[in-house]
Amino acid sequence: MNVIFFYIIAAAILGFSILSVTSRKILRAATFLLFVLISTAALYFLLQVHFLAAVQLMVYAGGIAVLIIFSILLTSNVDFTFEKIDWKKQVFSGLLALGGAAITILTLLQFNFNSLVTKQTVTPDIRSFGRAFLSYGDGGFVLPFEVITVLLLAAMVAAIMVAKKSKQ
Amino acid sequence: MIEGIDITHILIVSTCMFFIGVYGFLVRRNLITILMATELILNAVSINFVVLNKFIYPDVLQGYMFSVFIIAIAAAEAAVAIAIIINVYRRYRTINVENVHDMKY
Repeated sequence: MNVIFFYIIAAAILGFSILSVTSRKILRAATFLLFVLISTAALYFLLQVHFLAAVQLMVYAGGIAVLIIFSILLTSNVDFTFEKIDWKKQVFSGLLALGGAAITILTLLQFNFNSLVTKQTVTPDIRSFGRAFLSYGDGGFVLPFEVITVLLLAAMVAAIMVAKKSKQ
Repeated sequence: MIEGIDITHILIVSTCMFFIGVYGFLVRRNLITILMATELILNAVSINFVVLNKFIYPDVLQGYMFSVFIIAIAAAEAAVAIAIIINVYRRYRTINVENVHDMKY
């Protein structure tokens, strides 16, 4: 059952990501990106990391995808279709991507992951995430947590400053 | 550990997703579609962190944590990038990377 679901999710991720980089209508590309992000959240649910799946759904699928669609509606005509990409660029970029993927996959297949597996487990539920975020002991993440809050605040202020109309 | 699913299969899926993002980054000319390709790349990396943590080091939480931080940084990056794109559009009336070739000074 898990295996069938995994292959469905993998096919959805790959198919929708190919469609989202090749689609010539920009709003369709954004919608396919939204489907990729939701399939990734489904993969996290399958791996039983529920907290991360919820974060992925809220921040990526709920926030970033809406932000991208919003900016598309502000900056381009919805019916606009991109012109065809010149074949030379398409072929060279495709070859580069295929070559990189081939090298990485060959290395992955040769590497023996099973020799590394450690046995003792910790369940990744919300309680352990909260403990790890706020603990300052061994394996605690309180400093990166604070840094990321300041970074988010700075990014929001910067976004408002950059996007607002200048006085003239 | 999820029975029946091999770790290399998930890693192959995320590798393909990463390089599809690289392809989109190289081929696209519109700033927003380039940003979408970057989101694909970040998402693939985040899957990698989760899978390696889940299958190889199930005794710690570090990989999940890095994944959460990647998602937060992607949100900040998307907000700033979209503000810049809107400003570029206001100044040049286009967001095609080939038509935006001079800076203010």
